[in-house]
Amino acid sequence: MRNWRWGLAALLFSAIFLRIHAVEHHRTQHTERISGSAGDVLDDDPVGRLKVFVYELPSKYNKKILQKDPRCLSHMFAAEIYMHRFLLSSPVRTLNPEEADWFYTPVYTTCDLTPNGLPLPFKSPRMMRSAIQLISSNWPYWNRTEGADHFFITPHDFGACFHYQEEKAIERGILTLLQRATLVQTFGQKNHVCLKEGSITVPPYAPPQKMQSHLIPPKTPRSIFVYFRGLFYDVGNDPEGGYYARGARAAVWENFKDNPLFDISTEHPTTYYEDMQRAIFCLCPLGWAPWSPRLVEAVIFGCIPVIIADDIVLPFADAIPWEEIGVYVPEKDVPNLDTLLTSIPSEVILKKQRLLANPSMKQAMLFPQPAQPGDAFHQILNGLARKLPHDRSIFLKPGEKILNWTAGPVGDLKPW
Amino acid sequence: MKLSALQQSYLGRRSSSFRGSSPLDSSENPIKSPATIFWLVFHCLCCLVSLVLGFRFSRLVFFLLFSTSNTIYTATPFRPDTNVVADKTTLPVLNLNPGFETSVNRTGLGTSSVVVGRHGILIRPWPHPNPDEVMKAHQIIERVQREQKFQYGIKNPRTLIAITPTYVRTFQTLHFIGLMHSLMNVPYEVIWIVVEAGGTTNETSSLLAKSGLSNMHIGFNEKMPTLWEDRHKMEAKMRIHGLRVVKENKLDGIVMFVDDSNVHSMEFFDEIQKVKEIGVVSVGILSHSGNSDGEQVSVVQNRGEESKSSLPIQGPACNSSDQLVGWHTFDSLPYVVNSARYIGDKGIVLPMKMEWAGFVLTSRLLWEEPENITDWVKHLQKAVDNGQETFSPLSLLKDPAVVEPLGSCGRKVMLWWLRVEARADSRFPARWIIDPPLEVTVPAKRTPWPDALPELHSPEKVATIQENTEKRATKTRTPRSKRSSRSKRKREARGNVDARNSASRVTEK
Repeated sequence: MRNWRWGLAALLFSAIFLRIHAVEHHRTQHTERISGSAGDVLDDDPVGRLKVFVYELPSKYNKKILQKDPRCLSHMFAAEIYMHRFLLSSPVRTLNPEEADWFYTPVYTTCDLTPNGLPLPFKSPRMMRSAIQLISSNWPYWNRTEGADHFFITPHDFGACFHYQEEKAIERGILTLLQRATLVQTFGQKNHVCLKEGSITVPPYAPPQKMQSHLIPPKTPRSIFVYFRGLFYDVGNDPEGGYYARGARAAVWENFKDNPLFDISTEHPTTYYEDMQRAIFCLCPLGWAPWSPRLVEAVIFGCIPVIIADDIVLPFADAIPWEEIGVYVPEKDVPNLDTLLTSIPSEVILKKQRLLANPSMKQAMLFPQPAQPGDAFHQILNGLARKLPHDRSIFLKPGEKILNWTAGPVGDLKPW
Repeated sequence: MKLSALQQSYLGRRSSSFRGSSPLDSSENPIKSPATIFWLVFHCLCCLVSLVLGFRFSRLVFFLLFSTSNTIYTATPFRPDTNVVADKTTLPVLNLNPGFETSVNRTGLGTSSVVVGRHGILIRPWPHPNPDEVMKAHQIIERVQREQKFQYGIKNPRTLIAITPTYVRTFQTLHFIGLMHSLMNVPYEVIWIVVEAGGTTNETSSLLAKSGLSNMHIGFNEKMPTLWEDRHKMEAKMRIHGLRVVKENKLDGIVMFVDDSNVHSMEFFDEIQKVKEIGVVSVGILSHSGNSDGEQVSVVQNRGEESKSSLPIQGPACNSSDQLVGWHTFDSLPYVVNSARYIGDKGIVLPMKMEWAGFVLTSRLLWEEPENITDWVKHLQKAVDNGQETFSPLSLLKDPAVVEPLGSCGRKVMLWWLRVEARADSRFPARWIIDPPLEVTVPAKRTPWPDALPELHSPEKVATIQENTEKRATKTRTPRSKRSSRSKRKREARGNVDARNSASRVTEK
């Protein structure tokens, strides 16, 4: 009898010991599962969870614009074009609008480029307005909800505020007609006019093949502590400093320009991607807008992003727990950046690197062609699916009108 | 965003930029109040002043007017209508461009603590690296690299057993220290077996002591011969002796033949961990003298192609499915004319057909029990035991096909064979220690810097400095004492040297 008890105790002890061993083994694996506030949703498959109807707009809203300037396919706002192409051939697309949960309007508002390649947002509000007028007059679906089950992709600097300058963007606010729609945008900052409640923040477009072609063997030792390449002062538009990046980039330069741990400069090296793969931390400070393709690059190359942008909302914030992956540094703490970074325990750093090594994390930041499971297109659809089912209150009673079609600056009311 | 900035520059060219509006002039106030006129005038005045001065002095003015160092400075915006919490910094920070805030921030969605507008650039009082933090950062880097090595590097690394034949000569210290540092940098356990011709000496022991590696210093009681051919044979004998030592001590690991003058890359040590029984890597032969052109590499088995490389390489030859089909060996025919015959000879030193350095083997093969080993291993063990005249590593093996080609089938060259020795008549102080220290320094006949004062270390010379300076003033040719004329000869090296030489030679007598 006693032997039996001893045997059971021994069995229990060995079971516990083995379990602990298993947990330890799991900890030393290369990657870790990522689960954000919405749960473990990065690998969800949106097919079957939602249906999207794509409006057929005349080609002057999309194809003709693209033909006029094919550079739109490779700049960082190209997500709007690739999302359209993805939806056209995706299994979530439905040709029957009655069964659709979401409606998509393919209008390329960020494709009016200057000779330098930068999009001018001045005609975008009018273009959007004209597109909405078209869909509201040709189909009944806009009017029955005033756009609450429609989504638009507005990847420009300040989203649907349609201006590149923050003050003007704040003044304009989000386009009145889009007040009820869901916006898929790159801009995200808490308590900001240009971020609507319920928007889906996405990463900016970064060319996936170009980044894949610069991968170096992962056993190359990471020997750079902090890496950054970019402007610190924008001499053309803000010569005295203090305006650009709210003075944060200038503070980084002034405090750390002679620090050997900080490999920071304004050069454009050809080995930029390779250098990022040899760095432990990559700075992702704000510029004129808080978001930056550096975040995408840092995630792809396994470099821990150091995010210096107060109140920023990072892409897919409900699916990806960015606090566990990146390091947030408030702008006022920039002078102490070296103390902050060196005081992070190495266990935490290794954990962050393991999270970054997770392939679903890297996949979620990319817009590959053709689309692959788990990529940014699917994350957008997952985000839209998580907002379903629509609340009954979004459907307006007949004759009810909420949006004011004549609100906004006078210039927006001109036809496009 | 950088691009937005460029946009703004584009816009600035087209229409009035935001910089044109003065700070207190908001867009909803088009009426020209006296304040706006004043600011416009002030702005124009400032522009004129900057034009005259040549730089924008506004930053300097603000710095002088508003900032005081070592005071707590707040970075709050200069607007009364939002209830923003004052952002007090806890460190005394020096602000360039104190808060000259301008913006309109109608959030409407709750208070935002982020303000649009001009912010100060925060700089801490001593913006330089802190050595403690640098140390911590290096520890972090080292930890990260260790983790990387653990994840992507070799799992279960085996001990490396390095066998080096050596003997005391002028360049021994040079080569040995290089090899020693290479082995010290190897991230795995290393046992270093140094076989020394002519018995163990203090020279080699003192060098070994500095390495900190576990080593076995073995004397081989024959002197190293002077002809290169004989030296190659002797080294082979010493290596076999080393293998016997491995066998006797039943050392476990991977045996590699590192010669003291060879150059090894760190990847070599990582690559040989992959060997199962016997492996071979490609060895680059650095036996060129400077003026030879690209050589052909001869192939033992005809593969129908000859690779032209300017660096002759010895190693495995593989077919397209990465199997060993032959060997690249060293063709000495082009070099025979200039080759060195004895150690310290002018001319290039040629390797043998197949050098030992490229071969690695698992030490178990040497002392494994005879019951459970294959035929060729038995042959290998016998060859080692007999100590027969085996000069080529391939002769240890009955069947060369068992050798595994490493380094992506010999395509990667990770070590280089080199033999460089000092002139045959060179001599060096024992252990390169000059004891007692030199006292008398004899000045050179001619300094490279005729204008400079002579580098004089001995007390005799101090007197001559003064004499020289006097001489400079007078510039006479009067024959003085022997010493000063000698230094005069040294100093006035340009022109008329011969004349002066003859003059001084006369005085020297």
